[in-house]
Amino acid sequence: MNTIDRIATGQHAIGHDTGRLNPGMPLDADAFARVAVNTSAAERRAASLGGRRSVKKAWQAAWLVRAIQCIDLTTLAGDDTEARVARLCAKARNPLRPDLVEALGLEPGSVKTGAVCVYPAMVPAAVAALGDCGVPVASVATGFPAGLVPLKQRLAEIEYAVSAGASEIDIVISRSLVFKADWRQLHDEITAMRSACGKAHMKAILATGELATLTNVYHASMVALMAGADFIKTSTGKESVNATLPVSLVMCRAIRDYRRLSGFSAGFKPAGGLKTAKDALSWLVLMKEELGTDWTEPERFRIGASSLLADIERQIEHSVTGRYSAAERHAMA
Amino acid sequence: MNAVTDILKDMSYGPAPEDDAIVREWLAATPEKFAHFVDGAFVAGTHERRFETIEPATGRVLAELPAAGTTTIEAAVAAARAAQKGWADLAGHDRAKMLYALARAVQRHARFLAVLETIDNGKPIRETRDIDVPLVARHFYHHAGWAELAADEFRGMAPVGVCAQVIPWNFPLLMLAWKVAPALAAGCTVVLKPAEQTPLSAIAFAEICMEVGLPKGVVNIVQGDGETGAALVGHEGVDKVAFTGSTDVGRSIRVATAGQRKALSLELGGKSPFVVFEDADIEAAVEGVVDAVWFNQGEVCCAGSRLLVHESIADHLHQRLRERMETMRLGNPLDKAIDMGAIVSQQQLTRVRAIVETAQKEGARLFQPAAALPETGTFYPPSLLTNVAPASTAASVEIFGPVLASTTFRTPAEAIALANDTRYGLAASLWSENVSTVLHVAERVEAGVVWINATNLFDAAAPFGGYRESGYGREGGAAGMAEYLKPECLPAPRGKVADTAPAEAAPVPETRPAGGVDRTAKLYVAGKQARPDGGYSYIVRGRRGAAVGEAGLGNRKDIRNAVEAAAKAKGWSGLSGHQRAQILYYLGENLAERAEEFAARIELQVGGGRRAADAEIDASIRRIFHYAAWADKHDARVTSTLGRHTTLAMNEPFGVAGVLAPDASPLLGSLSLALPLLAAGNRIVLVPSTPAPLSMTDFYQVLETSDVPAGTFNIVTGARADLAVTLADHDDVDVLWGAATAGEIADCERRSAGNLKPVFMVDETTVDVAAEEFKGRRLLDRASRIKTIWIPYGV
Repeated sequence: MNTIDRIATGQHAIGHDTGRLNPGMPLDADAFARVAVNTSAAERRAASLGGRRSVKKAWQAAWLVRAIQCIDLTTLAGDDTEARVARLCAKARNPLRPDLVEALGLEPGSVKTGAVCVYPAMVPAAVAALGDCGVPVASVATGFPAGLVPLKQRLAEIEYAVSAGASEIDIVISRSLVFKADWRQLHDEITAMRSACGKAHMKAILATGELATLTNVYHASMVALMAGADFIKTSTGKESVNATLPVSLVMCRAIRDYRRLSGFSAGFKPAGGLKTAKDALSWLVLMKEELGTDWTEPERFRIGASSLLADIERQIEHSVTGRYSAAERHAMA
Repeated sequence: MNAVTDILKDMSYGPAPEDDAIVREWLAATPEKFAHFVDGAFVAGTHERRFETIEPATGRVLAELPAAGTTTIEAAVAAARAAQKGWADLAGHDRAKMLYALARAVQRHARFLAVLETIDNGKPIRETRDIDVPLVARHFYHHAGWAELAADEFRGMAPVGVCAQVIPWNFPLLMLAWKVAPALAAGCTVVLKPAEQTPLSAIAFAEICMEVGLPKGVVNIVQGDGETGAALVGHEGVDKVAFTGSTDVGRSIRVATAGQRKALSLELGGKSPFVVFEDADIEAAVEGVVDAVWFNQGEVCCAGSRLLVHESIADHLHQRLRERMETMRLGNPLDKAIDMGAIVSQQQLTRVRAIVETAQKEGARLFQPAAALPETGTFYPPSLLTNVAPASTAASVEIFGPVLASTTFRTPAEAIALANDTRYGLAASLWSENVSTVLHVAERVEAGVVWINATNLFDAAAPFGGYRESGYGREGGAAGMAEYLKPECLPAPRGKVADTAPAEAAPVPETRPAGGVDRTAKLYVAGKQARPDGGYSYIVRGRRGAAVGEAGLGNRKDIRNAVEAAAKAKGWSGLSGHQRAQILYYLGENLAERAEEFAARIELQVGGGRRAADAEIDASIRRIFHYAAWADKHDARVTSTLGRHTTLAMNEPFGVAGVLAPDASPLLGSLSLALPLLAAGNRIVLVPSTPAPLSMTDFYQVLETSDVPAGTFNIVTGARADLAVTLADHDDVDVLWGAATAGEIADCERRSAGNLKPVFMVDETTVDVAAEEFKGRRLLDRASRIKTIWIPYGV
C-alpha cells in the first residue's frame, strides 16, 4: 500500500494557505486508486456526529453567524435577471437585520456572505452590484451543470467569467471520466481549467449524487485536488441527491490526505442539501472535527445555498429575543 | 468583552449541559426507595451493612443503601418462588403485555433514565441517551415478542424457575434489561443484584415495575456488593444463575454452584482483538477504534482493546489515531458534547493507571492527547500504547479502561494467531474491504461476536456471549431465550443403573476368562488401538457376576493422549455438513452389518434378553441416522437486527469434547451423547460405560471401517469417575458432556472452572440419555456455540 506509506511520511502541521492557490501536482493514481471507502462505516460516523456535538446559546448564535459568513449566496435559475441578481447582492452585503447584528455585539456591516454565486452571464451584474464591498463574485462555468460541452467551449466560459470580474469559478467535472477511471484525462481537463482560471480561485464540483459511490467520490476528489482545485464542492444543486454528510465526510478525508501529500490545505463546499440552521451547524461540526477550526472559516469552507439563509436569520432572531421568528420579518434575497 | 465575537475567533463549542433537575429532585425525594425491592415493595433490611454510591464526575455521594444480608435474600428468593408459578401460568400474551408495558415505560422515562445512568456511572449523556436506553427499550420489545411466541417456538420447554442475576456497573440498566427481559418472557421470576457502584437505575426500574403493575415478586432487586452476590447465587432456592462481570468472579460462581443443579450462564471478561488489514478503509478503522475502546471510557467487556495492524499501514494508522485522539472531548458526562466521561470509581482509576505504568516499564510507548483533565472526578484520558508485545501485561490483561494496546502483524495467518493468543474469546472486530479475507478470518477467530468493518454493535435479536474464558450462554435472540428454558420432562432410565456409586474398575486379576481367542483390551486413540499407558486391564462382568471380557484400564495419561489426538484432528470440524453426514451414515451402515454380534455383546454384558439388546441396536442405528440427517441441517440463523446489516448466528463446534457415558445402555448410552457432538463438528474423547465397556471397544472396528478421520472419535475405557477428573481439569477440553452420578457432576462442574468449559451433564439415575426423547435440535444447540457475525453493507 504505497498510498499509505506516502501519506504517513507527510507533514502533520496545517499549512496556512489563505489566499494562496493550490499549485496542484502531477497525477499520482497510486496515492488514491487503491483506497476503498466503506460506506456503512462512513454513514455511521456521519450519523454519530450530530449526537456528539452540540452548540447552545451564545455559541449557537456565533456559529450561525459564521455559517452566514460561509454561504455562497446563490441563484442559478433559468429565469435569473440582472435585477434579481442585484437583489441577491444586496442581501449578500447585509444578510442579517442590522438590529440583530447590533444585538449580537458585532460591528455594523461586518456580517457578509462568503460570496455571491451566479451564471457567467450574470457576473457583470453581480460585480456592479457588489462594488467594493468585499463580497467576491463566484461564477459557475464549464457547461454547468452537466459539463457536456466541448472542452474548448468550457475553457472559454471560464475565461469569460474571469474577465467579467468573477474571482471564484465553480467548474463541473466530467462524470464519465470517473466512471471510466480515466484519471489521466480528468486530471488534464481540470488542470486546463485551473490554468484558465488564472488568479481566480477554482472550486471543482464533483456532482457526487451522480458519482453514486463514496469510493468514486474519494477518487474524484483526489484527482481534482491534484489538478489544482482550491475547493472541492459536492454538487451543482441540480442533481437529485445533493450534499450529504457521508459524502462530505469522504471529501474532507480527501482534503486531509491531499494536505499530507502536497502540504496544501484545500477548501470544501457542500451545496444543494443544506436547508436549515441545524444543517449548517452539522456541517460546521463536521469541518471542525474532521479538518480543524481553520475549516470553519470562509477561506476554507463555503456553503452553496439559497434558502438556508432565511432559516438562519430566524434562528438568530430567536436566540436574541427568545421568541420564535417568522420569515417575513427578514428581508428576502 | 463580547461573547459572540470571541466565539467567532476560536469557534469553540461552549457548555451544552443536559438538564438534570428531575434526577436531582428524584434523588432528594423518598429516601425509602434507596433499598431493596422485594415482593413489589421497597424494603430496608434490618441490621444490614450500608454503602454509598458516588457520582464519579464529581466525587459526591448520591445515596446510601443497605447491602442485603441473608434475611433479605431469603425474602427475595421466597417472593420470586411464590410468584413464579403464577407468572409462568399466565398466557404468553399476558406476559407479553407486561413486557410491552415495560418497554413503553422505559421510552416514556427515557430522558430521566439516561440522566440518572450518566450521573451514577459517569458515562456521557450521549451514550446513555443514544445507546443504552434505546437498547433497553428494544430489549423489552423484542422479548415481549418472545413471550407472545414462546409456547409455539419453544414447544416442550418450561421456564427454568427462579433466577439469580448479578450484573456489572458498566451498563447498569442495559445489563438489567439483558437479564430481566428474557427471564420474564420465558416465565421465570428473578432476584437481581445490581453492582454496588451503580445501584440507582435498578431502583428506577423497580418503580417502573410498580407503575406498569407487574405482579409482585416477579422482579426482585437486592442491593449490595460481592458478598451479597455470593450469598444470592449460592442460595438453594435458586434454579438458575446468570452473571455478567469479571472472569475471576465468574470462576468462583462456577465453583460455588457446582453440584447445585443450577443452570448457569456467564458473560465474563475479554481482551478482544481489533484487526486492521492492509486493504482496510483506514479512516473507517480509526473511527472504529474510537467506538471500540474509547466508548464508555473503555469500560466494556467486548472493548476492542488489542489493536492488531498490518505492518505496512501501522505508522499511518497510529498517526491518524493520535490526531483523532486530540479531537476527543473529555469532561462532565452530562455535557452533550462530551466523548468520554469519568471512570466509574477511584479504585478502577487506580487500576488503569497501574496497568499503563507497567506497560510502559515493559517497553510500550504511551500516547495521550494534550487536553487537560477536569480537576475533580475520576477521569482518565484516551490512551494508545504502541510497541506492545503479545507477552506483555497490556496485551494480555483486561484493562477495562480507555487504553488501546497495539501490535503489528505480517500475514493474515499471523493476525489470526495473534487474535487467538488469549484466554478470552468475547468479541473481534475485523477491518478489510476484501470480503474473502475478512470472512476467512471471521471463521477462524475464537470469539462469540465478530463485527466486520464495525464494532460494538448490539441488538436484542443478536446473540451475545463468549468463547473460552469469556464465559458461556448467550443473551439475545432465540439462543438467549433458550437459557431460561428447560425441557419439560426427560424420561428416567427404564432399566437399572446398578446403584448411585460409580462403578469400580479394578486392575485385572491373575486368572483370565477361559475359552476362545484371547482379546487384548486396548483403547482407541488417534484412529489406532492403543495399549493403556499403565498396561492394566479390568474384568468386565456380566449380569450374574461372571467375567465376560476385559477392557483397558485407562489413566490420566491416556486421557492426555486422547485429548491431544482430538485437538489435532481439526479436519473433522472443517468438513462440510454433508461430508460429516456421509461418514455418520457409513457408521450406521457398518453397525447394521454387525447388528447380531453387537446385540449378543450387549446381552452378555447387561442381560435383559435378546429382544432388549436388539432394540438397543435398532435404536442406535436410528440414532446414527438421526444425527447424520442433522449434520447438514443445523443451520445458522440470519437474525433480524438492523437495516442493511446481515447478522449471522453461526453454529460452530467447540472443538474437543469430553464425553462421560452412563453405565446403562452400553452402546446407545455412549452414542446418544457422542453423536450430536460429532454431527456438530466436535472431536470427542469418550469414556464408555465403566461396567459395560465392550460394546464400545467392539465399536473401534466400526469406526475403522467407516472412514472416521483419525483423532475424531477417541475412546478411553476405565473408571469413569477417575477419568472424568482429568477431562474436567484439562484446559484443552472445550466442553464436557456426560450422564453420571450427582457426585461426579458436582466434581466436574467444580473442576471445569479452570478453563470455564461448559458442562452439560445429567444425572444418570434420573435421566435416560438413551431415551427416544433425548435427541434432536436442542442437543445440537448444546453441542455448538454461537458465533454472531455482523456484516454491515452498503455502496
